[in-house]
Amino acid sequence: MANTAPVHHAGDGETRRDFLLHSTIAFGAVGGAMAVWPLIHSMNPAADTLALSTTEFSLASLQEGQAITVVWRGKPVFVRYRTQAEIDAARNVTLTELVDPAPDADRVKKDKDKYLVLVGVCTHLGCIPLGNKPMDPRGDFGGWFCPCHGSHYDTSGRIRKGPAPANLAVPPYQFLDDTTVRIG
Amino acid sequence: MKKIVLAAAAAFTLTSTAALAAEAGPELLKRQWTFDGATGKFDKLQLQRGLQVYREVCASCHSLKYVAFRNLTALGYSEDQVKALAAEYEFKAIDEEGSDVTRKGTPADHFPNPYPNDNFARASNNGALPPDLSLMTKARVGGPNYVYSLMQGYEDPPPGTELLAGMNYNKYFPGHQIGMPKQISDDQVTYADGTKASAEQISADISAFLHWAAEPKLEARHATGFRVMIYVLIFTILAYLLKRKIWARLEKK
Amino acid sequence: MSTEKSVWRRAYEWHEQRLPIVSFLDHSIGTKYPAPKNLNYFWNFGSLALFMLAVMILTGIFLAMNYTAHKDMAFDSVERIMRDVNFGWLIRYMHANGASFFFIVVYVHIFRGLYYGSYKAPREVLWWIGILIFLAMMATAFMGYVLPWGQMSFWGATVITNLFSAIPVIGDPIVTFLWGGFSVDNPTLNRFFSLHYLLPFVIAALVFLHIWALHIPGSNNPLGIEAAPADKIPFHPYYTSKDAFGLGFFMLFYFAVVFWAPNAMGHPDNYIPANPLVTPPHIVPEWYFLPFYAILRAIPDKLLGVVAMFGAILVLFVIPWLDTSRVRSASFRPWFRVFFWLFVINAVVLTWCGAQLPEGLPLIQGRIATIYYFVFFLVIMPVLGWIETPKPLPASISTPVLKPAE
Repeated sequence: MANTAPVHHAGDGETRRDFLLHSTIAFGAVGGAMAVWPLIHSMNPAADTLALSTTEFSLASLQEGQAITVVWRGKPVFVRYRTQAEIDAARNVTLTELVDPAPDADRVKKDKDKYLVLVGVCTHLGCIPLGNKPMDPRGDFGGWFCPCHGSHYDTSGRIRKGPAPANLAVPPYQFLDDTTVRIG
Repeated sequence: MKKIVLAAAAAFTLTSTAALAAEAGPELLKRQWTFDGATGKFDKLQLQRGLQVYREVCASCHSLKYVAFRNLTALGYSEDQVKALAAEYEFKAIDEEGSDVTRKGTPADHFPNPYPNDNFARASNNGALPPDLSLMTKARVGGPNYVYSLMQGYEDPPPGTELLAGMNYNKYFPGHQIGMPKQISDDQVTYADGTKASAEQISADISAFLHWAAEPKLEARHATGFRVMIYVLIFTILAYLLKRKIWARLEKK
Repeated sequence: MSTEKSVWRRAYEWHEQRLPIVSFLDHSIGTKYPAPKNLNYFWNFGSLALFMLAVMILTGIFLAMNYTAHKDMAFDSVERIMRDVNFGWLIRYMHANGASFFFIVVYVHIFRGLYYGSYKAPREVLWWIGILIFLAMMATAFMGYVLPWGQMSFWGATVITNLFSAIPVIGDPIVTFLWGGFSVDNPTLNRFFSLHYLLPFVIAALVFLHIWALHIPGSNNPLGIEAAPADKIPFHPYYTSKDAFGLGFFMLFYFAVVFWAPNAMGHPDNYIPANPLVTPPHIVPEWYFLPFYAILRAIPDKLLGVVAMFGAILVLFVIPWLDTSRVRSASFRPWFRVFFWLFVINAVVLTWCGAQLPEGLPLIQGRIATIYYFVFFLVIMPVLGWIETPKPLPASISTPVLKPAE
């Protein structure tokens, strides 16, 4: 194709051949591209994976100051029953000081703001931060501390120090009753 | 040369058809299924009736392990209906204290096995293990027609046939002696949609339902197939015209 | 177009000086590869085989992403592919039926080579590599059929691996070695999956050698005579356009089966999970193995049966010397043509016999067909070369225009 075509008369036949050539190549290329889609799409989450995308759990046995970890979509979700001091610490922050400004009220459910529900995956490179177990280091801000690269999260799960670019994500969840939560 | 190829192909087709016919035994009852043919689709109402038959008749002995409740939306049920149906089933679970408890089914659950294990199933069924039905129509020669025939194939054994203890005579079952007793008779179920429940109707409905269970992507397959064939046909015609045009240059020389 | 070189043109030349991949392709399957101008549609099957290899590798890679090679999970993982994975049903049906169509294409390719004498000098090595590809394909297909871990998978694996127990003294240890245990079990499944993934790339490498070996003497042609330079045309655009048309035509059949009869070439028993305690009443291999299976069963001795089965393929290695005729194309060999078509029919008969219970008439037919299979190569080929008078060969490809060969 890189070579120049031999000299020929630009008759009707040649025009038609070029048209045919181009339309056949284009048609074949489109078909080839479309044939790739089923292969690529097979790598997306399958129907059974999508069906398991909700998790329900109970907070009945969770005591103030404690945290639990539940599994949602194969990832840990941190649920902490915050003390009043922790809630106050989370509220009394000047938003402009934050890397990823977000008021604490936006990160909890109204009237249930003692419960903090977070996806327990560091927003830097996906490690699981420490801070859910009683003996864990909780970082400089009393929340969570990621041991991989030293990101510190506060009692609202917001990034305060270290390389992580964003706050710990809040998953979509709702309270089914006073102590039952459904994530997803 | 072409003639010989055609003759050989014809001979092969004939012999293989003959071989298949010899294998099958008594000819199966045949039915016109809505999912037959190039554009066949499932009849959703029929599948719903079949589901009812499965739940009321088959499910006491047969599992359907590859079918999840969420799949039932394909039968025309809404997500809420599926959720309610799933909640009618109970599954074993372990609570936070580690005790065995039961929980309600969710759409993500699969139809439960009626027996705790295979040994229990055998012991409850005179030594025979009721097979899982999820793939039944693909795992038997004849497919849905086989199930349809088997349901209606029970009759008195011909004179001289000695039935083993606990066995039943079915003319479509290989070897004719089957552990499962006759299950389907007229008005065995009362259809929610008011369809008259003749034995034939029930047999057809359960066979169609089981074929959906075995090949749930059949409709998508037929639909995708049509699009692909139209594409390939156009591509072939274009490529043929192009080839002719290019080769014409050679004849001119 | 201006005479000034564009940026793209210069970038292309820069790259081409360092790795001349475009010019390599141009010499392989492009404008610089001269092919005889009289190739008929039977010559399409080489490129079709390459297409099927690509389809099999591509679909296989994506199936492997969702397949679990464990005896307790393999069957379930295949069903998950069929039900839950996006387009999983399509990819699996393309792969399963792709194996059958790959064999159809390769069998036509082999018979074409037999008919037109493509195995004869100077193409012996090309022919050998082709047989190696065929052997690797059979191994790959056999191990692939085991992976769904259905009843036919399990019992096919058991029967085929047991063939090696026919070897005197070391037969049983070899079978134990192949299994990695004392029956076909989880270790067997695991290694079969590993090898099933590996072998297609070995085939791809062999295909590369096959095409290389093809380019040394160039393509044979329906007349079997050397093609003069004047009788050759560039592969591109002539044969690329012809292959594209052939591909489209072929895909009509392939996709008709994939979409409307995806289980027609499979066996219902393979939708029953493997059960090591119950053998299905009638086990048959996949259709493409049936002729060789018939040869195995035609011989009442275990060792000799296995030897005959492997010999049926190995004999192909020596046919360049078994065939003593100096004329390549069967078009000019009236007697060879008759025996060739008898051989084709014989292969069909063997295929049929392979699917029957080995008793009574099918067994006798199988034995007769087995005898003819070997007589064709070992007796007819050498003897016919001496006694047959070939029709006069044309001086060049362009001369017999008035009376075209079949």
